[in-house]
Amino acid sequence: MKAFLILEDGTVFTGTSIGSKREMISEIVFNTSMTGYLEVLTDPSYAGQAVVMTYPLIGNYGITPDMESKKAWPDGYIVRELSRMPSNFRCEGTIQDFLEKQDIPGIADVDTRALTKILREKGTMNGIITTNENYDLEEILPKLKAYQVGEVVSKVTCSEKYVLEGTGKKVALLDLGAKNNIANSLNKRGCCVTVYPAHTTAEEIISAHPDGIMLSNGPGDPADCISIIEEIKKLYNSDIPIFAICLGHQLMALATGATTHKLKYGHRGGNHPVKDLLTNRVYISSQNHGYVVDTDSVDSKIAVPAFVNVNDGTNEGLKYVGKNIFTVQFHPEACPGPQDSGYLFDRFMEMMEGAE
Amino acid sequence: MPRDNSIKKVLVIGSGPIIIGQAAEFDYAGTQACRSLKEEGIEVVLLNSNPATIMTDKDIADRVYIEPLTVEVVEQLIKKEKPDSVLPTLGGQAGLNLAMELDEKGFLKENNVRLIGTTSETIKKAEDRLEFKATMEKIGEPVAASLVVENVEDGLAFANEIGYPVVLRPAYTLGGSGGGIAHNSEQLMEILANGLRLSRVGQVLVERCIAGWKEIEYEVMRDSNGNCITVCNMENIDPVGVHTGDSIVVAPSQTLGDKEYQMLRTSALNIISELNITGGCNVQYALHPESFEYCVIEVNPRVSRSSALASKATGYPIAKVAAKIALGYTLDEIKNAITGKTYASFEPMLDYCVVKIPRLPFDKFISAKRTLTTQMKATGEVMSICDNFEGALMKAIRSLEQHVDSLMSYDFTSLSEDELTEQLAKVDDMRIWRIAEAIRRGISYETIHEITKIDYWFIDKFAIIVEMEQALKNEELTPELLKEAKRIEFPDNVIADLTGKTEQEIHDMRHENGIVAAYKMVDTCAAEFAAATPYYYSVYGRENEVEKTSGKKKVLVLGSGPIRIGQGIEFDFCSVHCTWAFSKEGYETIIVNNNPETVSTDFDIADKLYFEPLTPEDVKSIVDLEKPDGAVVQFGGQTAIKLTESLMKMGVPILGTSAENVDKAEDRELFDEILEECQIPRPTGGTVFTAEEAKEVANRLCYPVLVRPSYVLGGQGMQIAINDHDIDEFIGIINRIAQDHPILVDKYLQGKEIEVDAVCDGEDILIPGIMEHIERAGIHSGDSISVYPAQSLTKAAKEKIAEYTRRLAKSLHVIGLINIQFIVCGEEDVYVIEVNPRSSRTVPYISKVTGIPIVPLATKVIIGSKIKDLGYTPGLQKEADYVAIKMPVFSFEKIRGADISLGPEMKSTGECLGIAKTFDEALYKAFLGAGINLPKYKNMIMTVRDEDKPEAVEIGRRFEKIGYRIFATKSTAEALQAGGVKAIPVRKIEQESPNLLDLILGHEIDLVIDTPAQGAEHSRDGFVIRRNAIETGVNVLTAMDTARALITSLENTDIQKLTLIDIATVQ
Repeated sequence: MKAFLILEDGTVFTGTSIGSKREMISEIVFNTSMTGYLEVLTDPSYAGQAVVMTYPLIGNYGITPDMESKKAWPDGYIVRELSRMPSNFRCEGTIQDFLEKQDIPGIADVDTRALTKILREKGTMNGIITTNENYDLEEILPKLKAYQVGEVVSKVTCSEKYVLEGTGKKVALLDLGAKNNIANSLNKRGCCVTVYPAHTTAEEIISAHPDGIMLSNGPGDPADCISIIEEIKKLYNSDIPIFAICLGHQLMALATGATTHKLKYGHRGGNHPVKDLLTNRVYISSQNHGYVVDTDSVDSKIAVPAFVNVNDGTNEGLKYVGKNIFTVQFHPEACPGPQDSGYLFDRFMEMMEGAE
Repeated sequence: MPRDNSIKKVLVIGSGPIIIGQAAEFDYAGTQACRSLKEEGIEVVLLNSNPATIMTDKDIADRVYIEPLTVEVVEQLIKKEKPDSVLPTLGGQAGLNLAMELDEKGFLKENNVRLIGTTSETIKKAEDRLEFKATMEKIGEPVAASLVVENVEDGLAFANEIGYPVVLRPAYTLGGSGGGIAHNSEQLMEILANGLRLSRVGQVLVERCIAGWKEIEYEVMRDSNGNCITVCNMENIDPVGVHTGDSIVVAPSQTLGDKEYQMLRTSALNIISELNITGGCNVQYALHPESFEYCVIEVNPRVSRSSALASKATGYPIAKVAAKIALGYTLDEIKNAITGKTYASFEPMLDYCVVKIPRLPFDKFISAKRTLTTQMKATGEVMSICDNFEGALMKAIRSLEQHVDSLMSYDFTSLSEDELTEQLAKVDDMRIWRIAEAIRRGISYETIHEITKIDYWFIDKFAIIVEMEQALKNEELTPELLKEAKRIEFPDNVIADLTGKTEQEIHDMRHENGIVAAYKMVDTCAAEFAAATPYYYSVYGRENEVEKTSGKKKVLVLGSGPIRIGQGIEFDFCSVHCTWAFSKEGYETIIVNNNPETVSTDFDIADKLYFEPLTPEDVKSIVDLEKPDGAVVQFGGQTAIKLTESLMKMGVPILGTSAENVDKAEDRELFDEILEECQIPRPTGGTVFTAEEAKEVANRLCYPVLVRPSYVLGGQGMQIAINDHDIDEFIGIINRIAQDHPILVDKYLQGKEIEVDAVCDGEDILIPGIMEHIERAGIHSGDSISVYPAQSLTKAAKEKIAEYTRRLAKSLHVIGLINIQFIVCGEEDVYVIEVNPRSSRTVPYISKVTGIPIVPLATKVIIGSKIKDLGYTPGLQKEADYVAIKMPVFSFEKIRGADISLGPEMKSTGECLGIAKTFDEALYKAFLGAGINLPKYKNMIMTVRDEDKPEAVEIGRRFEKIGYRIFATKSTAEALQAGGVKAIPVRKIEQESPNLLDLILGHEIDLVIDTPAQGAEHSRDGFVIRRNAIETGVNVLTAMDTARALITSLENTDIQKLTLIDIATVQ
């Protein structure tokens, strides 16, 4: 069946419908990873967005047990070609079936490179995938323009706290839309990880006396997370070691007086070089963010840049002055993407040790 | 870290002659590195024995030495030039081995020279089997159970312990030379004994066989600050067991999930860090198809064939970045030249799929085994890019120029299903075609996978292609079906065949429905950043993104495709220089080529690069878009010449010599008319189509005669026939491939063979020099030793040659280059045997040794300049006051079963140069460069045919005089003894031991002189002797002239007293 991808600037791509026929307006973003389509689909940070995969052959190894959360989150999935026959020793099904079961609307046979160039030139914009051949642009475009991702953290966070048992350090993980491998990375290091819903109060977390607090990744505009930011201010003042990733990093910055802004088209992929300003080493990182902390807005008495993006110079991490707190914009938990910065979990472990 | 300012003068060692396993990729890497060093103000001293390379141009390096790659030469060169550093990791294994030897000897330290890039310690850790294993164990990286052995007994014992099959890998050899898989003790003994001999250090690794696992490679970069990135990963469609150079390879990997991909990527980074590599590195893995188990197969601590492929597949210039790293820069300080915005410290992201297919030489070596093993056999490769795998595969297939254009090109329909299933187990260059036939017959994916171990994903992709064949055959050709067929890159002619239409009808239907090729850019970043580099590939059904350019005149330069015997790197040299010359004249240049190993497909050579097959249809799509003002075909070898007619039909003017005149040189009758008009004699002959006609002509001329197809390069299919039986055989071989053009039968003249390249502007000619072949006519010019200036010609003969060249160039209206081969009999009887109105194999060589830039001159002439206006006096140029000798180099040891005897069909894969003040020293250097470094044991074997016996006596006597002990077969020994040479008779090989074979296998023989009986009758004995000698690493000469040249050079030269000549100073 034919499907159409309509962008808010009026551009229409024609392709083939895949997955659900549900019509959802979303923010269109592109991801340049060549592997890890399942991890991308199940990353809660994509809530409210439709993802364009720039790699043209998707689904080659089918669906493997590598989901990063319990379900797929994007409101749209845009690809060049889905493999008709997946092949992998862990393959449990095809991506076609997965998209249908997960009710994810999608479109294939799209010139994803042409689409990516539009997003690169004009910036991220909204769009919709429809199978209605008689779509009416005049009616749709104003709706597309009006769409905002909004506060989606509530949608993706866990409903109740749960525990990953471990005999080592006690870590409280604030689930703002966490990928599984964050908790797993800590659990693998022996930590007992308690995962809290996003709207848990600081008091509840602090009163559990964790050795460390982890703020996860998550979707949406960080500035929309007003109440969470308030709680994070309290966590900042608690003197418990804190490590934050992505949205968590942005929220900590906002909680301490810095500002964030939206990038033209974000960083999404597995090839972004970040420089550790302590060692001058460059690591290739997995990234997925549309917003970034304004480096200039960071009060150097509160925090100093710890990582910077080699390509565009944007902030990739902060070290908080006089605090056991460090935060990064990229994803040391990988999945998908390079595992080069996994050592940061070790740094967090050391920080927790040192705080004793 | 900024650049290390103590580095001021760097010696770059190249890789020497093109041989199997070490081809044009090192010219590409070396050229890129030299340019990168010069950019930094470094004085570059270059050493490479290969004159056909671009890196040996004086505009690439400051000082250029085309000298043999031996320890003695490098030592002398270092003493003469006093570089402060040596960059050894860009010249392949040859350069690396040399640098290691000098380092081990302490020579570098003594002379205050350091290795930059990667240290010798690192190289040893990566290359020495034992150290490598220990290092991998230390960091917990798995390697297959293995043991390094130095004798056959230990190998046998270990194989019994771990079980057969086992893989054997000799240490320090190129292209896996001498390696293989042994399934039983007998095979083990044979391969192991051979491998031990070929290894520089006498070590062979015996290893658990992981054949059938997925073979995955990572290209990794690391700088001195420890920053690492992977440029690209690649997956071999052929599982472990076939050398990666002989495998069909896809980039990026297709069947690996993120877990497997990252697991191996992390492993590769761990390895490069532990080895402390600064520069580029290639890591090969075997990955178990049904688990996360993997083994590290090999690490190459240098740029390689794979890194050239990765550079072209991603746009990331590995060699250039490696050179900068060697100077001390870190990855985050080096700009990404493609985007101009980002830095070298990022990982390329592909938004397309790349397929590489090897170009195997079995069309040249008909008797050779086609089996593919861990020993590389390919001479070259093609690469293609598309946004789907099927399309990339289809494009790569037709880029091969081996009469294949789809998965139907080899016919297996005559096999029964059982036979076909059985043959699926064959691992050779036709495997994917056999799999396609199996799919057509409905043989299950499971069965195919079970036998071939090829991943289901690839099998399904082949099936998609097969299904399209069926659909085109059985369904009505709707625009939708046509669109889908083009999306997966079915060429128009194949669609026409399948649908019963004509190619023109398909073409027209496409255009009526707007189904035309669009072009996408290779930008390293999947469109995330705007890219400045116009490097394009075609797709169907997508938006075109080629920027419209206008203003300048546009010229299309057609490249020469994959490296093959007969059409090598020389034509890339010509294409690149032609492009540069057009650029200088203010043209916009567009290159079309499909060879990932070459300089011409580097993204900064032309204004635009189209990485595409060189077929008329593919070229037309580019022409439709670019509308060039003209095309040049005379520099791209036969590949480009073959496109002439099609280009004219497209309305593209051919710049330089017109197509009609190219035809005149090839068409026998037209050419005869011209010769008559010019009053130039040629050997008598005729054109035929059948064996009957050929025999009639041959008998009229009297045997021996020369038989060859017209319109070929490298003398393909050319043979000397001495009787009717030969004719039947040869015509049969030629006609195995349908001939559009007639076959030529000429009287065979034995005389001196002379070759000339000339530039002609329509009125005047410029002949840089006359080259004389050491071997008499009858041996292909590409396989002959060529001497400049000609040594034995009379003044009258030279004048005649110049005059004939002038007349021919003029009457063929040559604008640009012409290559003519003559035979000179006696004092001044000059005959023309071949005229090629285009550039030739000898152009780079003669340009370099005369200092006359022939290609730029020819290009200027093509644009309209006159020779007189370019600062040259027309005619034959003054001879140089030194001698330069081009020596052919062969790769016979890599091709099991190939007959090494020389004849009219070309067999050499590369060449090297010897240049010196005297003929003897030049010849000595040329032999040295070709690896003939004598004397060693001072034992030799002679076995010659009857007509060579008088000469054998003279040559034998001279070898005896310099101390050689001569063994000879019975009749040769008798002849030698009768001539007063103390020959020792040995038994023939079919006789009991000790016989000739034992002598060869005893490894104390320097040289075998074996001249095979003429004609087609393959003397089994001679063949076995030659094969065994080659495979044991013994030098074999099959022509008396070559033998005489060798002894002459040995009599008069001392390896310690060579004079090194800087080619950059040659005027």
